[in-house]
Amino acid sequence: MRAFTTHTGTAVPLRRSNVDTDQIIPAVYLKRVTRTGFEDALFAAWRQDPGFVLNQPERAGATILVAGPDFGTGSSREHAVWALNDYGFRVVISSRFADIFRGNSLKAGLLTAQVDQDVVERLWEIVEADPATPVTVDLVERTVSAGDLVAPFDVDDYGRWRLLEGLDDIDLTLRQADAIDSFESTRPSWKPRTLPVLS
Amino acid sequence: MGTTLAEKVWESHVVRRAEGEPDLLYIDLHLVHEVTSPQAFDGLRLAGRPVRRPDLTIATEDHNVPTTGLGQPIADPVSRTQVETLRRNCEEFGVRLHPMGDASQGIVHVIGPQLGLTQPGMTVVCGDSHTSTHGAFGALAFGIGTSEVEHVLATQTLPLKPFKTMAITVKGQLAPGVTAKDIILAVIAKIGTGGGQGHVLEYRGEAIRALSMEGRMTICNMSIEAGARAGMIAPDETTFAYLKGRPHAPQGADWDAAVENWKSLVTDEDAVFDREVVIDASELSPFVTWGTNPGQGLPLSANVPDPKDFENEQDRVAAERALEYMGLTAGTPLRDIRVDTVFLGSCTNGRIEDLRAAADVLKGRRVADSVRMLVVPGSVQVRLQAEAEGLNEVFTAAGAEWRGAGCSMCLAMNPDKLAPGERSASTSNRNFEGRQGAGGRTHLVSPQVAAATAVTGHLAAPTDLAGEPALVNA
Repeated sequence: MRAFTTHTGTAVPLRRSNVDTDQIIPAVYLKRVTRTGFEDALFAAWRQDPGFVLNQPERAGATILVAGPDFGTGSSREHAVWALNDYGFRVVISSRFADIFRGNSLKAGLLTAQVDQDVVERLWEIVEADPATPVTVDLVERTVSAGDLVAPFDVDDYGRWRLLEGLDDIDLTLRQADAIDSFESTRPSWKPRTLPVLS
Repeated sequence: MGTTLAEKVWESHVVRRAEGEPDLLYIDLHLVHEVTSPQAFDGLRLAGRPVRRPDLTIATEDHNVPTTGLGQPIADPVSRTQVETLRRNCEEFGVRLHPMGDASQGIVHVIGPQLGLTQPGMTVVCGDSHTSTHGAFGALAFGIGTSEVEHVLATQTLPLKPFKTMAITVKGQLAPGVTAKDIILAVIAKIGTGGGQGHVLEYRGEAIRALSMEGRMTICNMSIEAGARAGMIAPDETTFAYLKGRPHAPQGADWDAAVENWKSLVTDEDAVFDREVVIDASELSPFVTWGTNPGQGLPLSANVPDPKDFENEQDRVAAERALEYMGLTAGTPLRDIRVDTVFLGSCTNGRIEDLRAAADVLKGRRVADSVRMLVVPGSVQVRLQAEAEGLNEVFTAAGAEWRGAGCSMCLAMNPDKLAPGERSASTSNRNFEGRQGAGGRTHLVSPQVAAATAVTGHLAAPTDLAGEPALVNA
């Protein structure tokens, strides 16, 4: 996983709440079996509207998405994170994220920075007034700054550490193989197994 | 101080606990389907890792499968490739697979319980948010992303931060014609789509205890629509009776040992939940959604709300946008909303009891000429049982289409979808924009409301049909 320490880029104000993962990437794009190449799928339905914020020329090259509350609700599809990554986003800022989406984002190197809704509103105002305003998201200091705004954001300690180090979860867990073996030896014998097939 | 059901299941699965780190939790059952697994198997191959416990893993084909032309290859080449990829992966890694055409194929959340693989006190995961369904058995069951699918395949564990707990107590009794679906839609409308964030919900109370396993699964299934990671119901005699004799349920002395263990899976009297919500079942009536998230719902007797009446700015903006997308006008009685399609099925309401309930309403009646109704059983087993009971004949005699098993129009990854602007009453779980097809408009309803709506052509409850003579096309 690529590490994340600090990032500065321009931002896209997405003035919508409850941006569910069906909007981030419609199901039709989930048929692919690869992990990359989803940039065309991001917000595919909304992007058909020429007025959609992502279609505005001044938003080209933006790397930070600032969205309303309850971002990433619905389906567990990690493709939503891959699509945001592939499009070029490094950070999503919102006042509340759905749990599964947030877990997925931390696994795939996309920072989900949770701030108070009034910070979201301020960021919207700032980047709408001047789309070229640089926004900095500092994971070391846990702050987001733009213009004269400096605000703290929430990210859990462990997720932050993994993101700073760019660590692979599976490697970390496999270091605990003895503990897993030991736990398995204590499982009740009546716990079900899928094999052999019974009918 | 006592502990909650969720905490008990959690504690009994901790493989490793260390200061400042998430707990490492053991996973008892890993369900796999074709959509969220290919990249996970790829990851294993790249790292040269095996599946640690193929005997705790089971796969099925559900999201992409067509519900007509059974036995034919999938026409869509991209869907076909995804399904064939799952077959190759299961073969290579030794994972049990129930492919299209197999007698145990079906929606992943229907086949787990049906095979007796979902049992009380287990941890169950799947790369699918509706894994919360399995919580109906007192299991801690939750959806995960593809990176986590790979993690579970490789290690049979997951590092997890503890969840908070929320009690949803549904006291009293449901009125006749009011169902589990109406309870959960009312719960989501009450606490909101983010209300359960970070929480495991435990559904309790008289109305919950009175539900069948199918009803309990409907409720736990939609916990995710309230933002919760999982929903749970303590196991009881209803649970044990459902499990006994199923293919993978314990037998003989093992059964007795298991039941003794399962009976301990209750929240202690003195346990404290982080949050408690109480709902009076006797005040509930058939519930439908009017908007584009599952929290935007109201009793069927209500009118389409006026966005101006929402105090919260975000809610008002969301309501305005939802009405525009849904093509609805504030103040319109919900009962006046005409639909083009009725979808009966999904992991929420595609079980035998759901089909029976809808067939009861449709018996001797006709689906309105203006409506197409799709009936999609949740699994091949459900389909066969329904056929043995003659339910398929009730549906086809009424003019509904009797289909093969799968996820179908719930998320429209197969050919079953709404056309732009088309409106559905659907027993599924999500009314998101475009969920059932680009531009499609979805109203979430119970199986009974779906059937009555099919007959009248507009949103309706079975009681609306009482005065109608049978066999007359409404």
